[in-house]
Amino acid sequence: MSTLTTGGTVGLGVRRLSATKEPDTSIKSYPELAILVDISACIGCKACEAACQQWHDLTPPIMTPEEVVRRKIAGYQSHPDLRPDLFMLMRFNEVETSKGFAWLITKYQCMHCREPGCLIACPAPGAVIQYQNGVVDFDHSKCIGCKMCLVGCPFDVPRYDTNNKPWKCNFCIDRVEAGLEPACVKTCPTNCLTFGLKEDMVEKGKKIVEGLKKRGYENATLYDPPGVNGTGYIYVLPHGDHVKDYNLPENPSVDASIGLWKGPLKTIGSIALWGALIGAFLQLILWGPIKVLGGKEEKREEG
Amino acid sequence: MTNNWVDISNSDLVFVMGGNPAENHPCGFKWAIKAREKRGAKIICIDPRFNRTAAVADIFAQIRPGSDIALLGGLINYVLQNEKYQKEYVKIHTTAPFIVREDFGFKDGLFTGYDPKTKSYDKTTWDYEFDPATGYPKMDPTLKHPRCVLNILKKHYSRYTPEVVSKITGIPKEKFLQIAEGVAKCGAPNKNMTILYALGWTHHSYGTQLIRTACILQLLLGNIGVAGGGINALRGHSNVQGMTDLAGQNKNLPTYIKPPKPEEQTLQQHLKNRTPRKLHPTSMNYWANYPKFFISFLKCMWGEHARPENDFAYDYLYKPEGGYNSWDKFIDDMYKGKIEGMVTVALNFVNNTPNAKKTVRALKNLKWMVVMDPFMIETAQFWKAEGVNPSDIKTEVLVLPTATFLEKEGSMTNSARWIKWKYKAIDPPGEAKDEFWIFGRFFMKLKELYEKEGGAFPEPILHLTWPYQNPYYPTAEEILTEINGYYTRDVDGHKKGERVKLFTALRDDGSTACGGWLYSGVYPPEGNLAKRTDLHDPLGLGTYPNYAWNWPANRRVLYNRASADAKGRPWDPERPLLRWDPEKGRWVGDTPDTAATAPPEKEIGAFIMLPEGRGRLFAAKSYATFKDGPLPEHYEPYESPVENVLHPKVPHNPVAKVYKSDIDLLGTPDKFPYVATTYRLTEHYHFWTKHIYGTSHLAPVMFIEIPEELAKEKGIQNGDMVRVSTARASIKAIALVTKRIKPLQVAGKTVYTVGIPIHWGFEGLVKGAIANFITPNVWDPNSRTPEFKGFLANIEKVRA
Repeated sequence: MSTLTTGGTVGLGVRRLSATKEPDTSIKSYPELAILVDISACIGCKACEAACQQWHDLTPPIMTPEEVVRRKIAGYQSHPDLRPDLFMLMRFNEVETSKGFAWLITKYQCMHCREPGCLIACPAPGAVIQYQNGVVDFDHSKCIGCKMCLVGCPFDVPRYDTNNKPWKCNFCIDRVEAGLEPACVKTCPTNCLTFGLKEDMVEKGKKIVEGLKKRGYENATLYDPPGVNGTGYIYVLPHGDHVKDYNLPENPSVDASIGLWKGPLKTIGSIALWGALIGAFLQLILWGPIKVLGGKEEKREEG
Repeated sequence: MTNNWVDISNSDLVFVMGGNPAENHPCGFKWAIKAREKRGAKIICIDPRFNRTAAVADIFAQIRPGSDIALLGGLINYVLQNEKYQKEYVKIHTTAPFIVREDFGFKDGLFTGYDPKTKSYDKTTWDYEFDPATGYPKMDPTLKHPRCVLNILKKHYSRYTPEVVSKITGIPKEKFLQIAEGVAKCGAPNKNMTILYALGWTHHSYGTQLIRTACILQLLLGNIGVAGGGINALRGHSNVQGMTDLAGQNKNLPTYIKPPKPEEQTLQQHLKNRTPRKLHPTSMNYWANYPKFFISFLKCMWGEHARPENDFAYDYLYKPEGGYNSWDKFIDDMYKGKIEGMVTVALNFVNNTPNAKKTVRALKNLKWMVVMDPFMIETAQFWKAEGVNPSDIKTEVLVLPTATFLEKEGSMTNSARWIKWKYKAIDPPGEAKDEFWIFGRFFMKLKELYEKEGGAFPEPILHLTWPYQNPYYPTAEEILTEINGYYTRDVDGHKKGERVKLFTALRDDGSTACGGWLYSGVYPPEGNLAKRTDLHDPLGLGTYPNYAWNWPANRRVLYNRASADAKGRPWDPERPLLRWDPEKGRWVGDTPDTAATAPPEKEIGAFIMLPEGRGRLFAAKSYATFKDGPLPEHYEPYESPVENVLHPKVPHNPVAKVYKSDIDLLGTPDKFPYVATTYRLTEHYHFWTKHIYGTSHLAPVMFIEIPEELAKEKGIQNGDMVRVSTARASIKAIALVTKRIKPLQVAGKTVYTVGIPIHWGFEGLVKGAIANFITPNVWDPNSRTPEFKGFLANIEKVRA
């Protein structure tokens, strides 16, 4: 298939597509991009949140006092959770650390994993795209609404609209393609968000971590989890011993069972599926329908 | 600001107190982050709550609202006792060597001269000892004289020991000492601390004195006038500095020209009272030019009708008893039915004023009210407020929708005194009009009525200069011309109508007109300098001399002469803001805050606006002092949970303005045991953003921040509806139970603080309680700023 007409992203090289044989990656000149989130300089002002909504034309409903009272969710967070019409959220957490009390404020959105669980889990050819620059995006015209991308995501990210189509941060790929920085980076008043080449961002992040260590934050660390082969958003965490308190998973990885998708399980799964269908058909013919007794059971499909 | 936003990045220590820049000035706060990157600066944050600034600070200390002077007094004491002040600076650039009168004293919370009957001071003793031979105050350059200002300071603040500070503020002694050590290091000539503050300092019944305390500390540390230093007020609105400068608040005439008093019946009397005489032989005493500024102002107002024969129309200025009205008095007068009508512009009275319950009832007494605002604000709809019956209200309200800042041209003056031009982006929607249009028509109609009907004293209106091409629609640059000043006749090679180059051109003979002398120079003959965008930075200190225009005289850091020593060499060669260049025979660097070509040997004082020529550590009566004392002293807020540890018999500022009508009530800790304070959130812009979707949903729900321990005691869960009540009223909001406010140990008592953000009201996309319904009607006697920070409240869960 053409790598240049996917999902309206003309000019972006595609690295891989969901449920598809690896596309041609002979073009090697695409730089890998990343956003560095320096939490030691983040003041949680939510300018990024506002900019994200403006750029993507999102209008999530305003939280009401009644909802806050009912759900007991009073706090600095602007919405209870990500939504199909809300691609990022600032999350706030009050924590006692070895350095004393801390108010941990974290930008929460799709991490643009270099080994994207959503893409690996997706059964619809071409519905999840990873560009050569590392950005992970959805093509709704190819999505079948199965919600496997959420199952595959170690960061609990995409949210579904009423048509079961997933939505999330797309790294402002339209801006990036035009040579602009993502909207959140553009608006950040303290420059705690930096956009650039992944290698440069890692280097900058490491330098900030070193500085933090000198300032007494000996647990400071750069969050770029290897379990997903690194991410497109990397974080400087002053309290590196409190990864979870930043609302980040400690060692995120793509579930091995999901990884098997494209391998032997696919064949086995197909055989099993056909076997089951044939079996069911035979059962229906030979013995009649089974009566369902219990409640419904949460099911995790693998094939 | 003495310095400017960019200059914060030149600092070694960013001391944030009485402000929450990360929350309220996020774009400016980037310079604090820059200072850390650039210079390894530390950020200290002192606040009643662990706030957004604290989240990125190096040191945070939780302080009890209203105890700030105690902490700063403690720092002054620490610096003085441990001799950490910058000695040479203090000697040459401050009034430390001046000798104070023998009969000046302070005892049990009162300075000498207090009259309990009038609740005011006779300030005679708050002065220097004068040398009859020279007529100047006596000085002791050795600083040994027991009554020299430095020793008066030492004695006054010796009571503010770390133990006492801890007892009053609730900050543990060790924490205080940690802060004091960091601050005291900035007394070294090559270490500079910047102080960032905002309304957390001004909103007290002693707010002016609080800022004075910070000034004294910075002067002692040699941090005024230097790069990365200063005392920097972070202004809340993009143009509130401009509003203050040009007397939008009506307490002064534009650019701090003093309004005449009733006893100043002639121009000569006024000029004599207002023009200070030198208090040191080498001081420049720049206010000696007062007559030039004042007469140029009168010429700007009444043009050809202001002539030497009629005292330049001085009689046209009104001279009310007790000074020009400030809004506290205005509301009280309204409440008492003394005012018939009101025009209110760019102000939401109902949400903004303390004890707003009274404000609503005051508005009820008006016959008519004109509200000009881009939004349908609560003031325009005050009859909807809780507790009033709309059918009782006869006030006729006229609403004039106005343009927002994006919908009109003009200038904005930021915290750093930069006057920047702003172009109109779009037309205002619907029938909204900008203020030029509205006031143009307003004035022309008034004039027409006076012409037709006469009146008691029509001249000030009929003779007012109104020199606009279209008198019904003046333009921003026409007004800027008047503010900048121009020649009123051909003089010395200048043509009539030519704009003056700078305020130094202003005269007291009527040949110049100028609406605001401090702004003079923004629009010289070569063009509107507020429009400049050049980012050239010759000193590498972010002074950007060709970017916009900085009042006064495009000076980027005030008192910059003090950044150099007696010989004119910068204290810190790494940050050379200004230095004497003997070859060129002039000061080079920033626009010098001294005579540009006067060599340092002339010893012209670095503080040219003060008759001493030096930074004032003691506010002597000669020239100017404050209503509540020449030195700052810790007083408790008018509603305090504890007694005043320093002087229990005089707990509060004895001369604060406290209103006592039937509705102005004060509470006591037995009924209202918790300390409450108000603030704003970064997601909001005052009361505006609740009218706009894009910002409304970022922090839509009104909450009250409650310490976890108190919530437990009161059986309150996060997300419960609670009622906060004070002696005046009660409001309902949702409890946000937090670890970010801890119980404090104050004078042996556990004190809880509850936090109340302001923003909401009964108009807009998101609604919530108006916080100011519960705040007290107590005001700083000098600035007339209400005591919003630190009042008493009770809190209880609202059972469904």
